[in-house]
Amino acid sequence: MTENREITPRRPEQGEVVDVRVGMFGVKGSGDTSGFGGLVQPVVMPGASQRPYGEWFDEAVDILVELLDESGTGAANAIEYVVVDRGELTIYVRREHLVEVCRHLRDDQDLRFELSLGVSGVHFPYEAGRELHAVYHLVSVTHSRQLRLEVAVSEEDPHIPSTTDVYPTNDWHERETWDFFGIIFDGHPSLARIAMPDDWPGHPQRKDYPLGGIPVEYKGASIPPPDDRRSYS
Amino acid sequence: MGIEEAAPSGFLLTTVEKIAGLSRKGSLWPVTFGLACCAIEMMATGAPRFDISRFGMEVFRASPRQADLMIVAGRVSQKMAPVVRQVYDQMAEPKWVLSMGVCASSGGMFNNYAIVQGVDHIVPVDIYLPGCPPRPEMLINAILELHEQIKNAPLGANRVEMAQAAEAAALAATPTHQQIGLLR
Repeated sequence: MTENREITPRRPEQGEVVDVRVGMFGVKGSGDTSGFGGLVQPVVMPGASQRPYGEWFDEAVDILVELLDESGTGAANAIEYVVVDRGELTIYVRREHLVEVCRHLRDDQDLRFELSLGVSGVHFPYEAGRELHAVYHLVSVTHSRQLRLEVAVSEEDPHIPSTTDVYPTNDWHERETWDFFGIIFDGHPSLARIAMPDDWPGHPQRKDYPLGGIPVEYKGASIPPPDDRRSYS
Repeated sequence: MGIEEAAPSGFLLTTVEKIAGLSRKGSLWPVTFGLACCAIEMMATGAPRFDISRFGMEVFRASPRQADLMIVAGRVSQKMAPVVRQVYDQMAEPKWVLSMGVCASSGGMFNNYAIVQGVDHIVPVDIYLPGCPPRPEMLINAILELHEQIKNAPLGANRVEMAQAAEAAALAATPTHQQIGLLR
């Protein structure tokens, strides 16, 4: 159901509509006997949160803002917005200042996010200009805290600076995110594919990547590959 | 009568083929090689409860050069395929391949871009074992069937003859996709 999608512009204060799903089971037009043809499901991400964030979140964000302002970068330039949802803190960071934000989070004695759990990729194909997200989960062993950094880039310019200087363990995670989502991590020591063969074309975890597969034939019966199944019209 | 009469007592007579088959099937050494969840069942098969040391097979060799059975236990991804082939190539003759589980045999539930649709695309398979994953008892059954194959494997001119007969039979057989109307 790629047609008829009307995505409202991103409004951080109300929640971010990243996709609108219509119908179910791939049914189009008339002939819908499933009863789900009129179903409209907006996929809403939580928007920017207002202060107070609660728990330790205000304190941590305040320290980060202070450090960024002191260094001359400016918190407003580095931080897009802050989301607190389901008791978890997510900071949306502009890519130019990602490495500096990571360095402050790791080094300041009141933050001490020493451990990065890795880099994950997300593909939102209908979020124009922000299709690809890289998500960093950071853990402070000292203070027993966790937060999440998120960086959004467009498909046309999928460049994010590498964080391997700050968190060496992100080396292979960035390779994986490059492999599956095609996000280019500038400054990475060796940005090669890690899960797919070296000469593989495309990035398989993007939503528009075909699943592939072959028809299974058995005694004259043929079952199409999963991509071509489950369509009644 | 024959030579049996002339030989002193305490001698048994047999053929080289049978002796070779008996000793080969009695000391089959699998290579340590697990790819996915089937490997867990394979490890259970090697452990005391199911105990394939009963069949002289408990020594999973860590080097393919010392092994003569490759149990392909799990789905083979496109990236793993050259590795599987290299392990197979490094094994010394005579060698056998057991395709364990539905993923190794046909791709199974992973009908997608990443998985080789059957390990027989890259190595010759001697015995296929269905199941997802197969129980250790099923693996033992497949191994015993393979033992039968090995025990009765002909040598020399008989082997060439058998290979030619098998090839002729395969060429004459109706391919599965042409067996229309037989689906039940």
